[in-house]
Amino acid sequence: MNMSRDHFRILLPVLSLVVLLAGVFYLQPRAMSYFGLNLLFNLAVPVALATIAQMMIIMVNDIDLSIGTFVSFCACVTATFVQETPLLGYLILLMSIGAYAGIGALIHYRNLPAIVVTLGTSFVWGGLAILILPSPGGSSPEWLHAIMKSKPPLVPMAIIASVIIGVLTHLLIKRSSFGVLLRGVGGNDRTLSRAGWSVLKLKASAYGLAGLFGVLSGMALIGLTTSADANIALRYTLLSIAGVILGGGEFTGGRVSPIGAVIGALTLTLAASFLSFLKLSPDWQIGSQGAILILVLAARLAFAKREAQQ
Amino acid sequence: MSDPTTPVLTRQTRNPVSLFKKPWIWAYVAAGAAFLGTMAISGGQGAGSLFYTAMTFASFAAIVGVGQMLVITLGPGNVDLSIPSSMTLAATLALKVMNSEPGMVLIGLATALLVGLGCGIFNFSLIILLRIPPIIATLSSSFIFQSLAIWSNRGLRIKPPESMSQFVTGGVLGIPNVALVGIAIAMAAWVALERGIAGRWILAIGQNMRAASFSGVPVNTVRFAVYVSCAVLASIAGFLLANFSGGAALNMGAEYMLMSIAVVVIGGSSIGGGNSNVPGIWGASLFMFLVVSMLNSYGLGAGVRLIMTGIIIVAVVSLASKPGELR
Repeated sequence: MNMSRDHFRILLPVLSLVVLLAGVFYLQPRAMSYFGLNLLFNLAVPVALATIAQMMIIMVNDIDLSIGTFVSFCACVTATFVQETPLLGYLILLMSIGAYAGIGALIHYRNLPAIVVTLGTSFVWGGLAILILPSPGGSSPEWLHAIMKSKPPLVPMAIIASVIIGVLTHLLIKRSSFGVLLRGVGGNDRTLSRAGWSVLKLKASAYGLAGLFGVLSGMALIGLTTSADANIALRYTLLSIAGVILGGGEFTGGRVSPIGAVIGALTLTLAASFLSFLKLSPDWQIGSQGAILILVLAARLAFAKREAQQ
Repeated sequence: MSDPTTPVLTRQTRNPVSLFKKPWIWAYVAAGAAFLGTMAISGGQGAGSLFYTAMTFASFAAIVGVGQMLVITLGPGNVDLSIPSSMTLAATLALKVMNSEPGMVLIGLATALLVGLGCGIFNFSLIILLRIPPIIATLSSSFIFQSLAIWSNRGLRIKPPESMSQFVTGGVLGIPNVALVGIAIAMAAWVALERGIAGRWILAIGQNMRAASFSGVPVNTVRFAVYVSCAVLASIAGFLLANFSGGAALNMGAEYMLMSIAVVVIGGSSIGGGNSNVPGIWGASLFMFLVVSMLNSYGLGAGVRLIMTGIIIVAVVSLASKPGELR
């Protein structure tokens, strides 16, 4: 086989998605339609965006434990300020992206463990979300709801959106010189700084990008659910980490794949639907998601061995 | 740190032996400040009961914190995210076995310990056999443990035996019994880490796994023991907590995921591994509880309380970090 490492890396996420999709279609043939696919992947868009955000952080060798509360916070802002006083709302979202970049800069400047700092900021975002929306409520801005619920011909919105997210971030991270520098921070930041680049600025940019995608995730979520609560996206922290790794990313070395991450997010969303089609007792829903995660990663081990032999 | 063997393995020896140069002292200073802050509002009323409550709740955090600390000491990438679900599973099954009968307490405890053992073995087999990164391995297994807990108790809340409830809420000489258990566990971990060969091995692996392996440390045996200890400690904490709060609940462990990591780091252990700090765990656990009770006594709402807690965590870590330290 004449494939680059990157192609090889993407093969497994694609395969696991295809296998799961085949399983869903086998169990529920009616899902094999425009409407069915839309239903299956609807909630995948915010998960994919949050996974890309997490990928930006993992790309620079850090890990973000706050993305779930951050997305919840952005969802609350979108459902309240953006809906009522748009200018103020966008200003808040813009400032929160700035805050994310600032956190990245602080982590690099003081050489702090990202896992702990983001743990701390997760409390802050959660607190802010509760202050904004003490009880569930708010509503989606009209245009946002219209986009998320739109029905383009032939291909459902969720799939178009996932492809756009994957391709755009692929171009940014894998094909642009800026992306090379960002991945370089994860690969070898000392070399980068000796070559005259400011690792501080690069790290702040990576965190800023994560903030941007976190904001988009929160907005997309509100477009779908139309109302928010302060805990709406707490699961996203763990889902996004799992999505990045399922998609062929690694915790160190800047080895991440944006398209893989999106596919990983789709796989995780689909796994939940697959299990409900299996008519599995609800007791085992979470557990089987864990089992699927383990299975895919075990398959990856087998792949890695073959890769090593070639 | 006057032990002649320490210079080889720990980085703290750069500092002269002085109380205020110990990385763990700040956790106690902060805890003391939070205690005084609470007392300032009440005018000194209820100092004894605040101390008693703080010791009780801090001991749950300290027990899981010691386990998480052992895991984190193994080096970058080592974190146990399955602590909350191990706690829940152990507590659920133990209370089910005890079935509120006073004679079954020891069997209940044994059940909890066995569950912890099983969780730890499962976690480590994912890590070693399937070579799954520990974060993802413990995350996936936590989903499975959680499902097992849901399946086994079906939302039933079984009361703990009367004798056990009395033990966990009682105390000796003004110190809660659970705190005595927590202190005993911390002491054992401290002695093992500072004086025992096993502790040297854990630190050596955390500083450089390859080097440790070449110098004859049984790397995988030690890692196995650490992951199992962490899960067993989580199961003990879960067992005590469920008896304390009148039954096991499915979300009983939820806050301990972040809590266990926070107390390790605020307590002065290096998040990059290879440098652990047992006394700090207790200081940080007391601090984490007292800060919340201080903010509570100022009458702040849940939102402001969370924000303050977050800012304090970030501030403590920023101040305690030594620039240039390896992560």
